[in-house]
Amino acid sequence: MYQSFQEIIEIEKNTGKSFWEIVRENDCKEMEITPEEAFRRMQNMYEAMENADISYDPTLSSASGLVGKDGGKLASAREEGTLLCGSFLGLVMEKAIKMGESNACMKRIVAAPTAGSCGVLPAVFLSLEEEKHYPRDEMIKALYVCAGIGGIIAQRASVSGAAGGCQAEIGAASAMAAGGVAYLLGGDGETIAHAAAMAMKNLLGLACDPVAGLVEVPCVKRNVIGAVNALTSADLANAGIRSRIPPDEVFDAMRNVGRMLPEDLKETGKGGLAATPTGIAFRDNLKTF
Amino acid sequence: MNSFDIIGPIMVGPSSSHTAGAAKIGNISRKLLGTPVQNADIYFHGSFLATGKGHGTDRALIAGLLGFPVDDSRIADSFQYAEDAGMQYRMSGIDLGEVHPNSVKLILTGTDGRKMEIVAASVGGGAIRVTEIDGLPANFSGDYPTLVVSNVDQPGHVTEITSMLSHKSINIATMQLYRSSKGGNAVIVLECDQEVPETAIRWLAHLEGILKVTYLGLAETP
Repeated sequence: MYQSFQEIIEIEKNTGKSFWEIVRENDCKEMEITPEEAFRRMQNMYEAMENADISYDPTLSSASGLVGKDGGKLASAREEGTLLCGSFLGLVMEKAIKMGESNACMKRIVAAPTAGSCGVLPAVFLSLEEEKHYPRDEMIKALYVCAGIGGIIAQRASVSGAAGGCQAEIGAASAMAAGGVAYLLGGDGETIAHAAAMAMKNLLGLACDPVAGLVEVPCVKRNVIGAVNALTSADLANAGIRSRIPPDEVFDAMRNVGRMLPEDLKETGKGGLAATPTGIAFRDNLKTF
Repeated sequence: MNSFDIIGPIMVGPSSSHTAGAAKIGNISRKLLGTPVQNADIYFHGSFLATGKGHGTDRALIAGLLGFPVDDSRIADSFQYAEDAGMQYRMSGIDLGEVHPNSVKLILTGTDGRKMEIVAASVGGGAIRVTEIDGLPANFSGDYPTLVVSNVDQPGHVTEITSMLSHKSINIATMQLYRSSKGGNAVIVLECDQEVPETAIRWLAHLEGILKVTYLGLAETP
Protein backbone atom coordinates (compact mmCIF):
# COMPACT_ATOMS: atom_id res chain seq x y z
CA MET A 1 0.00 0.00 0.00
CA TYR A 2 1.08 3.61 -0.48
CA GLN A 3 2.78 5.44 2.36
CA SER A 4 1.84 8.98 1.37
CA PHE A 5 -0.88 11.00 -0.31
CA GLN A 6 1.91 12.65 -2.30
CA GLU A 7 2.74 9.36 -4.06
CA ILE A 8 -0.87 8.71 -5.06
CA ILE A 9 -1.46 12.29 -6.20
CA GLU A 10 1.68 12.14 -8.39
CA ILE A 11 0.56 8.87 -10.02
CA GLU A 12 -2.87 10.43 -10.58
CA LYS A 13 -1.28 13.44 -12.29
CA ASN A 14 1.10 11.35 -14.42
CA THR A 15 -1.31 8.62 -15.52
CA GLY A 16 -4.76 10.19 -15.29
CA LYS A 17 -5.92 7.22 -13.20
CA SER A 18 -8.35 7.80 -10.36
CA PHE A 19 -7.35 7.50 -6.67
CA TRP A 20 -9.40 4.32 -6.20
CA GLU A 21 -7.89 2.66 -9.30
CA ILE A 22 -4.38 3.36 -8.07
CA VAL A 23 -5.18 1.72 -4.73
CA ARG A 24 -6.81 -1.28 -6.40
CA GLU A 25 -3.90 -1.75 -8.80
CA ASN A 26 -1.61 -2.09 -5.82
CA ASP A 27 -3.89 -4.77 -4.32
CA CYS A 28 -3.87 -6.74 -7.58
CA LYS A 29 -0.08 -6.76 -7.59
CA GLU A 30 0.24 -7.70 -3.94
CA MET A 31 -2.52 -10.33 -3.83
CA GLU A 32 -1.91 -11.61 -7.39
CA ILE A 33 -5.58 -11.22 -8.33
CA THR A 34 -7.37 -9.65 -11.31
CA PRO A 35 -8.93 -6.16 -11.10
CA GLU A 36 -12.37 -7.80 -11.37
CA GLU A 37 -11.64 -10.14 -8.46
CA ALA A 38 -10.33 -7.24 -6.36
CA PHE A 39 -13.50 -5.28 -7.08
CA ARG A 40 -15.66 -8.28 -6.21
CA ARG A 41 -13.89 -8.67 -2.86
CA MET A 42 -14.52 -5.05 -1.94
CA GLN A 43 -18.13 -5.46 -3.04
CA ASN A 44 -18.32 -8.39 -0.62
CA MET A 45 -17.19 -6.08 2.22
CA TYR A 46 -19.84 -3.52 1.28
CA GLU A 47 -22.55 -6.18 1.18
CA ALA A 48 -21.44 -7.47 4.60
CA MET A 49 -21.80 -3.90 5.97
CA GLU A 50 -25.25 -3.67 4.41
CA ASN A 51 -26.30 -7.01 5.91
CA ALA A 52 -25.00 -5.98 9.32
CA ASP A 53 -27.05 -2.76 9.11
CA ILE A 54 -30.23 -4.59 8.09
CA SER A 55 -29.89 -7.22 10.81
CA TYR A 56 -29.67 -4.70 13.68
CA ASP A 57 -31.79 -5.94 16.57
CA PRO A 58 -33.27 -3.06 18.64
CA THR A 59 -34.10 -5.42 21.52
CA LEU A 60 -30.50 -6.52 22.25
CA SER A 61 -28.19 -5.27 24.98
CA SER A 62 -24.50 -6.13 25.37
CA ALA A 63 -23.41 -8.80 27.89
CA SER A 64 -22.39 -6.06 30.35
CA GLY A 65 -25.70 -4.22 29.85
CA LEU A 66 -23.85 -0.95 29.19
CA VAL A 67 -25.00 -0.47 25.57
CA GLY A 68 -27.91 -1.46 23.32
CA LYS A 69 -31.36 -0.29 22.23
CA ASP A 70 -30.28 3.28 21.37
CA GLY A 71 -30.49 2.68 17.60
CA GLY A 72 -34.23 2.19 17.95
CA LYS A 73 -34.61 5.45 19.90
CA LEU A 74 -32.81 7.38 17.19
CA ALA A 75 -34.90 5.70 14.48
CA SER A 76 -38.12 6.75 16.24
CA ALA A 77 -36.92 10.33 16.69
CA ARG A 78 -36.00 10.51 13.02
CA GLU A 79 -39.39 9.19 11.97
CA GLU A 80 -41.11 11.71 14.22
CA GLY A 81 -39.02 14.47 12.63
CA THR A 82 -37.77 15.78 15.97
CA LEU A 83 -34.06 15.65 15.10
CA LEU A 84 -32.47 19.07 14.67
CA CYS A 85 -29.88 17.58 12.31
CA GLY A 86 -32.57 16.60 9.81
CA SER A 87 -33.36 13.39 8.01
CA PHE A 88 -30.06 12.71 6.21
CA LEU A 89 -27.69 13.38 9.13
CA GLY A 90 -30.23 11.65 11.35
CA LEU A 91 -29.94 8.53 9.23
CA VAL A 92 -26.14 8.70 9.41
CA MET A 93 -26.27 8.98 13.20
CA GLU A 94 -28.79 6.16 13.46
CA LYS A 95 -26.73 3.76 11.34
CA ALA A 96 -23.53 4.61 13.23
CA ILE A 97 -25.12 3.83 16.61
CA LYS A 98 -26.77 0.68 15.29
CA MET A 99 -23.52 -0.77 13.93
CA GLY A 100 -21.60 0.06 17.11
CA GLU A 101 -24.32 -1.64 19.17
CA SER A 102 -24.44 -4.67 16.88
CA ASN A 103 -20.70 -5.08 17.38
CA ALA A 104 -21.05 -4.89 21.17
CA CYS A 105 -23.89 -7.44 20.99
CA MET A 106 -21.77 -10.03 19.17
CA LYS A 107 -23.32 -9.60 15.75
CA ARG A 108 -21.36 -9.94 12.51
CA ILE A 109 -19.68 -6.68 11.41
CA VAL A 110 -16.83 -5.51 9.18
CA ALA A 111 -13.77 -4.11 10.99
CA ALA A 112 -13.08 -0.79 9.24
CA PRO A 113 -10.37 -0.28 10.25
CA THR A 114 -11.22 -1.81 13.67
CA ALA A 115 -14.24 -3.47 15.28
CA GLY A 116 -14.72 -0.54 17.68
CA SER A 117 -14.92 1.92 14.77
CA CYS A 118 -16.96 -0.39 12.52
CA GLY A 119 -19.94 2.00 12.36
CA VAL A 120 -18.31 4.99 10.68
CA LEU A 121 -17.94 3.78 7.08
CA PRO A 122 -21.31 1.99 6.80
CA ALA A 123 -23.13 4.94 8.41
CA VAL A 124 -21.70 7.33 5.84
CA PHE A 125 -21.87 5.24 2.68
CA LEU A 126 -25.08 3.26 3.23
CA SER A 127 -26.86 6.54 4.07
CA LEU A 128 -25.45 8.30 1.00
CA GLU A 129 -26.57 5.43 -1.21
CA GLU A 130 -30.02 5.32 0.35
CA GLU A 131 -30.71 9.06 0.39
CA LYS A 132 -28.63 10.43 -2.49
CA HIS A 133 -28.99 7.43 -4.80
CA TYR A 134 -25.37 6.92 -5.87
CA PRO A 135 -24.89 3.82 -8.04
CA ARG A 136 -23.60 0.77 -6.15
CA ASP A 137 -20.33 0.67 -8.13
CA GLU A 138 -19.49 4.19 -6.94
CA MET A 139 -19.85 3.04 -3.33
CA ILE A 140 -17.34 0.23 -3.92
CA LYS A 141 -14.90 2.68 -5.50
CA ALA A 142 -15.35 4.99 -2.51
CA LEU A 143 -14.47 2.08 -0.19
CA TYR A 144 -11.26 1.64 -2.19
CA VAL A 145 -10.45 5.30 -1.58
CA CYS A 146 -11.08 4.69 2.15
CA ALA A 147 -8.80 1.65 2.13
CA GLY A 148 -6.00 3.60 0.44
CA ILE A 149 -6.24 6.29 3.11
CA GLY A 150 -6.31 3.67 5.87
CA GLY A 151 -3.16 2.13 4.40
CA ILE A 152 -1.36 5.48 4.54
CA ILE A 153 -2.48 5.99 8.15
CA ALA A 154 -1.45 2.45 9.16
CA GLN A 155 2.04 3.03 7.79
CA ARG A 156 2.62 6.64 8.81
CA ALA A 157 0.86 6.32 12.18
CA SER A 158 -1.39 3.50 13.40
CA VAL A 159 -4.89 2.04 13.19
CA SER A 160 -4.86 0.49 16.67
CA GLY A 161 -6.22 2.10 19.83
CA ALA A 162 -3.63 0.28 21.94
CA ALA A 163 -0.84 1.86 19.89
CA GLY A 164 -2.26 5.29 19.03
CA GLY A 165 -5.39 5.98 21.08
CA CYS A 166 -8.90 6.48 19.71
CA GLN A 167 -7.61 8.90 17.07
CA ALA A 168 -6.22 5.71 15.48
CA GLU A 169 -9.64 4.01 15.48
CA ILE A 170 -12.55 6.51 15.22
CA GLY A 171 -10.11 9.15 13.95
CA ALA A 172 -8.72 6.86 11.26
CA ALA A 173 -12.20 5.66 10.23
CA SER A 174 -13.38 9.27 10.02
CA ALA A 175 -10.42 10.33 7.86
CA MET A 176 -10.95 7.33 5.60
CA ALA A 177 -14.66 8.06 5.22
CA ALA A 178 -14.03 11.78 4.62
CA GLY A 179 -11.77 10.92 1.68
CA GLY A 180 -14.31 8.43 0.32
CA VAL A 181 -17.08 11.03 0.45
CA ALA A 182 -14.84 13.67 -1.18
CA TYR A 183 -14.35 11.17 -4.02
CA LEU A 184 -18.13 10.64 -4.37
CA LEU A 185 -18.64 14.41 -4.51
CA GLY A 186 -16.25 14.51 -7.49
CA GLY A 187 -13.05 15.44 -5.70
CA ASP A 188 -9.61 14.63 -7.12
CA GLY A 189 -6.69 13.13 -5.18
CA GLU A 190 -5.73 16.43 -3.61
CA THR A 191 -9.29 17.10 -2.45
CA ILE A 192 -9.53 13.57 -1.05
CA ALA A 193 -6.26 14.01 0.86
CA HIS A 194 -7.37 17.34 2.37
CA ALA A 195 -10.77 15.95 3.37
CA ALA A 196 -8.99 13.11 5.21
CA ALA A 197 -6.49 15.48 6.81
CA MET A 198 -9.17 17.91 8.02
CA ALA A 199 -11.16 15.03 9.51
CA MET A 200 -8.10 13.78 11.40
CA LYS A 201 -7.18 17.24 12.66
CA ASN A 202 -10.54 17.42 14.45
CA LEU A 203 -9.94 14.16 16.32
CA LEU A 204 -6.20 14.41 16.90
CA GLY A 205 -5.29 13.23 20.39
CA LEU A 206 -8.59 11.48 21.09
CA ALA A 207 -8.11 9.19 24.09
CA CYS A 208 -8.93 5.47 24.01
CA ASP A 209 -10.50 5.15 27.48
CA PRO A 210 -13.02 2.30 27.35
CA VAL A 211 -15.02 1.79 30.54
CA ALA A 212 -14.19 -1.61 32.08
CA GLY A 213 -11.94 -2.24 29.06
CA LEU A 214 -14.98 -3.08 26.91
CA VAL A 215 -15.65 -1.88 23.34
CA GLU A 216 -18.85 -0.14 24.51
CA VAL A 217 -18.50 3.17 26.41
CA PRO A 218 -17.60 5.57 24.80
CA CYS A 219 -16.86 3.58 21.60
CA VAL A 220 -20.41 3.06 20.31
CA LYS A 221 -21.41 6.73 20.39
CA ARG A 222 -18.06 7.89 19.05
CA ASN A 223 -18.97 6.22 15.77
CA VAL A 224 -21.52 9.05 15.37
CA ILE A 225 -18.94 11.82 15.63
CA GLY A 226 -16.61 9.90 13.31
CA ALA A 227 -19.31 9.69 10.64
CA VAL A 228 -20.62 13.26 10.95
CA ASN A 229 -17.09 14.67 11.06
CA ALA A 230 -16.30 12.77 7.83
CA LEU A 231 -19.22 14.42 6.04
CA THR A 232 -18.44 17.97 7.17
CA SER A 233 -14.73 17.53 6.35
CA ALA A 234 -15.59 16.28 2.84
CA ASP A 235 -17.88 19.29 2.34
CA LEU A 236 -15.10 21.65 3.43
CA ALA A 237 -12.61 20.06 1.04
CA ASN A 238 -15.01 20.07 -1.90
CA ALA A 239 -15.80 23.73 -1.26
CA GLY A 240 -12.11 24.33 -1.97
CA ILE A 241 -10.97 24.69 1.64
CA ARG A 242 -7.51 23.25 2.27
CA SER A 243 -5.67 22.08 5.35
CA ARG A 244 -2.88 24.60 6.05
CA ILE A 245 -0.74 21.67 7.20
CA PRO A 246 -0.11 19.30 4.26
CA PRO A 247 -2.05 15.98 4.63
CA ASP A 248 1.01 13.74 4.97
CA GLU A 249 2.34 15.99 7.74
CA VAL A 250 -1.01 15.81 9.54
CA PHE A 251 -0.69 12.02 9.76
CA ASP A 252 2.92 12.33 10.92
CA ALA A 253 1.60 14.57 13.69
CA MET A 254 -0.97 11.89 14.47
CA ARG A 255 1.83 9.34 14.93
CA ASN A 256 3.71 11.67 17.27
CA VAL A 257 0.60 12.46 19.30
CA GLY A 258 -0.09 8.72 19.58
CA ARG A 259 3.38 8.15 20.96
CA MET A 260 3.00 11.00 23.45
CA LEU A 261 -0.36 9.76 24.78
CA PRO A 262 0.10 8.07 28.17
CA GLU A 263 -0.52 4.31 28.33
CA ASP A 264 -3.55 4.94 30.56
CA LEU A 265 -5.28 6.50 27.51
CA LYS A 266 -4.41 3.71 25.06
CA GLU A 267 -7.00 0.95 25.47
CA THR A 268 -5.83 -0.09 28.92
CA GLY A 269 -9.13 0.95 30.55
CA LYS A 270 -7.17 2.83 33.25
CA GLY A 271 -7.61 6.51 32.38
CA GLY A 272 -10.19 9.00 31.16
CA LEU A 273 -13.82 7.87 31.34
CA ALA A 274 -12.73 4.43 32.58
CA ALA A 275 -11.16 6.08 35.66
CA THR A 276 -14.30 7.99 36.72
CA PRO A 277 -16.05 6.74 39.88
CA THR A 278 -18.92 5.45 37.73
CA GLY A 279 -16.53 3.83 35.24
CA ILE A 280 -14.70 2.08 38.07
CA ALA A 281 -17.99 0.92 39.59
CA PHE A 282 -19.03 -0.60 36.25
CA ARG A 283 -15.70 -2.40 36.05
CA ASP A 284 -15.96 -3.75 39.60
CA ASN A 285 -19.44 -5.09 38.93
CA LEU A 286 -18.35 -6.98 35.83
CA LYS A 287 -18.69 -10.74 36.01
CA THR A 288 -15.56 -12.84 35.50
CA PHE A 289 -15.03 -16.58 35.34
CA MET B 1 -0.48 -5.18 3.49
CA ASN B 2 -3.50 -4.77 1.23
CA SER B 3 -6.91 -3.05 1.31
CA PHE B 4 -8.52 -5.95 3.16
CA ASP B 5 -6.17 -5.53 6.12
CA ILE B 6 -7.82 -2.11 6.48
CA ILE B 7 -11.42 -2.89 5.50
CA GLY B 8 -12.05 -6.30 7.03
CA PRO B 9 -12.08 -8.87 8.37
CA ILE B 10 -15.78 -9.66 8.49
CA MET B 11 -16.10 -10.87 12.07
CA VAL B 12 -18.43 -11.30 15.01
CA GLY B 13 -17.82 -8.46 17.48
CA PRO B 14 -17.01 -6.82 19.73
CA SER B 15 -13.21 -7.08 19.67
CA SER B 16 -10.69 -8.43 17.18
CA SER B 17 -8.31 -9.43 19.97
CA HIS B 18 -10.81 -10.62 22.61
CA THR B 19 -13.44 -12.16 20.33
CA ALA B 20 -12.06 -12.97 16.85
CA GLY B 21 -8.66 -13.95 18.32
CA ALA B 22 -10.32 -16.19 20.91
CA ALA B 23 -12.38 -17.93 18.23
CA LYS B 24 -9.20 -18.47 16.23
CA ILE B 25 -7.41 -19.96 19.27
CA GLY B 26 -10.32 -22.39 19.68
CA ASN B 27 -10.21 -23.31 16.03
CA ILE B 28 -6.45 -23.89 15.92
CA SER B 29 -6.61 -25.91 19.15
CA ARG B 30 -9.31 -28.16 17.72
CA LYS B 31 -7.19 -28.71 14.61
CA LEU B 32 -4.11 -29.46 16.72
CA LEU B 33 -6.08 -32.02 18.72
CA GLY B 34 -7.07 -33.54 15.39
CA THR B 35 -10.44 -34.81 16.56
CA PRO B 36 -13.69 -33.25 17.86
CA VAL B 37 -13.42 -31.97 21.43
CA GLN B 38 -15.21 -34.03 24.10
CA ASN B 39 -14.06 -32.09 27.12
CA ALA B 40 -12.30 -28.74 27.59
CA ASP B 41 -10.82 -27.24 30.75
CA ILE B 42 -10.28 -23.55 30.02
CA TYR B 43 -8.16 -21.18 32.13
CA PHE B 44 -8.25 -17.46 31.30
CA HIS B 45 -5.33 -15.20 32.17
CA GLY B 46 -4.83 -11.42 32.44
CA SER B 47 -7.05 -9.23 30.27
CA PHE B 48 -8.87 -12.32 28.99
CA LEU B 49 -9.86 -13.03 32.60
CA ALA B 50 -10.69 -9.40 33.48
CA THR B 51 -12.77 -8.46 30.42
CA GLY B 52 -13.38 -11.82 28.72
CA LYS B 53 -16.97 -12.17 29.85
CA GLY B 54 -17.88 -8.72 28.56
CA HIS B 55 -16.10 -9.34 25.25
CA GLY B 56 -17.67 -12.76 24.70
CA THR B 57 -14.20 -14.33 24.85
CA ASP B 58 -15.75 -17.39 26.50
CA ARG B 59 -18.40 -17.86 23.81
CA ALA B 60 -15.90 -17.20 21.00
CA LEU B 61 -13.45 -19.76 22.36
CA ILE B 62 -16.15 -22.44 22.66
CA ALA B 63 -17.32 -21.58 19.13
CA GLY B 64 -13.76 -22.06 17.89
CA LEU B 65 -13.50 -25.42 19.65
CA LEU B 66 -16.70 -26.41 17.81
CA GLY B 67 -15.00 -25.46 14.53
CA PHE B 68 -16.92 -22.20 13.88
CA PRO B 69 -14.94 -19.53 11.96
CA VAL B 70 -14.50 -15.95 13.31
CA ASP B 71 -17.39 -14.56 11.23
CA ASP B 72 -19.88 -17.25 12.21
CA SER B 73 -23.14 -15.76 13.52
CA ARG B 74 -23.55 -18.79 15.80
CA ILE B 75 -20.68 -17.55 18.03
CA ALA B 76 -23.04 -15.64 20.34
CA ASP B 77 -25.01 -18.85 20.98
CA SER B 78 -22.06 -21.25 21.09
CA PHE B 79 -22.87 -22.56 24.60
CA GLN B 80 -26.14 -23.94 23.25
CA TYR B 81 -24.34 -25.51 20.26
CA ALA B 82 -21.79 -27.08 22.64
CA GLU B 83 -24.59 -28.59 24.67
CA ASP B 84 -26.23 -29.95 21.53
CA ALA B 85 -22.89 -31.44 20.43
CA GLY B 86 -22.33 -33.00 23.87
CA MET B 87 -19.12 -31.03 24.41
CA GLN B 88 -18.30 -30.51 28.08
CA TYR B 89 -16.32 -27.50 29.35
CA ARG B 90 -15.24 -25.79 32.56
CA MET B 91 -13.92 -22.24 32.74
CA SER B 92 -11.90 -20.49 35.41
CA GLY B 93 -9.16 -17.92 35.99
CA ILE B 94 -5.42 -18.57 36.26
CA ASP B 95 -2.18 -16.63 36.64
CA LEU B 96 0.15 -17.94 33.94
CA GLY B 97 2.95 -15.57 34.98
CA GLU B 98 4.96 -13.49 32.52
CA VAL B 99 2.92 -14.20 29.40
CA HIS B 100 0.90 -12.02 26.97
CA PRO B 101 -2.07 -10.40 28.79
CA ASN B 102 -4.54 -12.08 26.41
CA SER B 103 -3.53 -15.67 27.15
CA VAL B 104 -5.51 -18.82 27.76
CA LYS B 105 -4.60 -22.36 28.76
CA LEU B 106 -6.65 -25.25 27.38
CA ILE B 107 -6.66 -28.87 28.49
CA LEU B 108 -8.53 -30.78 25.82
CA THR B 109 -9.77 -34.34 25.54
CA GLY B 110 -10.94 -35.58 22.15
CA THR B 111 -13.89 -37.83 21.38
CA ASP B 112 -11.36 -40.64 20.77
CA GLY B 113 -9.72 -40.07 24.16
CA ARG B 114 -6.58 -38.25 23.05
CA LYS B 115 -5.42 -35.40 25.29
CA MET B 116 -3.59 -32.16 24.68
CA GLU B 117 -2.55 -29.12 26.69
CA ILE B 118 -2.22 -25.81 24.85
CA VAL B 119 -1.35 -22.25 25.90
CA ALA B 120 -2.09 -19.56 23.31
CA ALA B 121 -2.26 -15.77 23.15
CA SER B 122 -4.35 -13.36 21.09
CA VAL B 123 -1.75 -10.82 20.01
CA GLY B 124 -3.87 -8.16 18.27
CA GLY B 125 -6.04 -7.64 15.20
CA GLY B 126 -7.30 -11.23 15.43
CA ALA B 127 -3.82 -12.75 15.09
CA ILE B 128 -2.72 -15.40 17.61
CA ARG B 129 0.38 -17.28 18.80
CA VAL B 130 0.43 -20.78 20.22
CA THR B 131 3.01 -20.47 23.00
CA GLU B 132 3.01 -23.90 24.66
CA ILE B 133 2.02 -27.44 23.71
CA ASP B 134 1.95 -30.26 26.26
CA GLY B 135 4.07 -28.27 28.69
CA LEU B 136 6.86 -27.42 26.25
CA PRO B 137 7.29 -23.98 24.64
CA ALA B 138 6.28 -23.23 21.06
CA ASN B 139 5.75 -20.07 19.05
CA PHE B 140 3.63 -20.22 15.94
CA SER B 141 0.71 -18.34 14.39
CA GLY B 142 -1.44 -21.12 12.98
CA ASP B 143 -1.35 -19.37 9.60
CA TYR B 144 0.94 -22.04 8.09
CA PRO B 145 0.79 -25.83 7.97
CA THR B 146 2.65 -26.58 11.22
CA LEU B 147 4.38 -29.74 12.38
CA VAL B 148 5.00 -30.19 16.12
CA VAL B 149 7.25 -33.14 16.94
CA SER B 150 7.86 -34.21 20.55
CA ASN B 151 10.96 -36.33 20.81
CA VAL B 152 13.73 -37.53 23.07
CA ASP B 153 16.60 -35.02 23.07
CA GLN B 154 19.14 -37.06 21.10
CA PRO B 155 21.09 -36.54 17.84
CA GLY B 156 19.47 -37.10 14.45
CA HIS B 157 15.81 -36.14 14.79
CA VAL B 158 16.13 -32.76 13.07
CA THR B 159 17.86 -34.45 10.12
CA GLU B 160 15.15 -37.12 9.91
CA ILE B 161 12.39 -34.53 9.78
CA THR B 162 14.06 -32.03 7.46
CA SER B 163 15.21 -34.68 4.98
CA MET B 164 11.67 -36.12 4.90
CA LEU B 165 10.28 -32.63 4.18
CA SER B 166 12.93 -32.04 1.52
CA HIS B 167 12.03 -35.39 -0.07
CA LYS B 168 8.37 -34.27 -0.23
CA SER B 169 9.40 -30.88 -1.72
CA ILE B 170 8.05 -29.04 1.33
CA ASN B 171 9.71 -25.72 2.14
CA ILE B 172 10.27 -24.80 5.80
CA ALA B 173 9.20 -21.25 6.67
CA THR B 174 10.35 -21.22 10.32
CA MET B 175 11.83 -23.79 12.69
CA GLN B 176 12.15 -23.87 16.50
CA LEU B 177 13.82 -26.29 18.89
CA TYR B 178 13.12 -26.52 22.63
CA ARG B 179 14.01 -29.07 25.32
CA SER B 180 13.19 -29.56 28.98
CA SER B 181 16.74 -30.70 29.83
CA LYS B 182 19.75 -32.29 28.14
CA GLY B 183 18.69 -35.78 27.02
CA GLY B 184 15.12 -35.11 28.27
CA ASN B 185 11.98 -34.26 26.33
CA ALA B 186 12.35 -31.98 23.33
CA VAL B 187 10.00 -30.40 20.84
CA ILE B 188 10.61 -29.33 17.25
CA VAL B 189 8.14 -26.87 15.69
CA LEU B 190 8.20 -26.34 11.91
CA GLU B 191 6.02 -23.91 9.99
CA CYS B 192 5.88 -25.04 6.37
CA ASP B 193 4.87 -23.44 3.07
CA GLN B 194 3.10 -26.59 1.86
CA GLU B 195 0.80 -29.15 3.51
CA VAL B 196 2.53 -32.22 4.96
CA PRO B 197 0.91 -35.48 3.71
CA GLU B 198 -0.60 -37.85 6.26
CA THR B 199 1.65 -40.74 5.23
CA ALA B 200 4.72 -38.63 6.07
CA ILE B 201 3.28 -37.78 9.48
CA ARG B 202 2.59 -41.47 10.23
CA TRP B 203 6.12 -42.38 9.12
CA LEU B 204 7.57 -39.79 11.49
CA ALA B 205 5.44 -40.96 14.39
CA HIS B 206 6.85 -44.48 14.18
CA LEU B 207 10.53 -43.51 14.31
CA GLU B 208 12.45 -44.46 17.44
CA GLY B 209 12.76 -41.59 19.88
CA ILE B 210 9.76 -39.73 18.47
CA LEU B 211 7.13 -39.44 21.22
CA LYS B 212 4.27 -37.64 19.51
CA VAL B 213 3.61 -35.89 16.22
CA THR B 214 0.98 -33.17 16.05
CA TYR B 215 0.05 -31.60 12.76
CA LEU B 216 -1.88 -28.43 12.05
CA GLY B 217 -3.19 -28.50 8.49
CA LEU B 218 -4.98 -25.53 6.97
CA ALA B 219 -7.78 -27.68 5.57
CA GLU B 220 -10.96 -28.04 7.64
CA THR B 221 -11.04 -31.02 9.98
CA PRO B 222 -14.34 -32.88 10.52
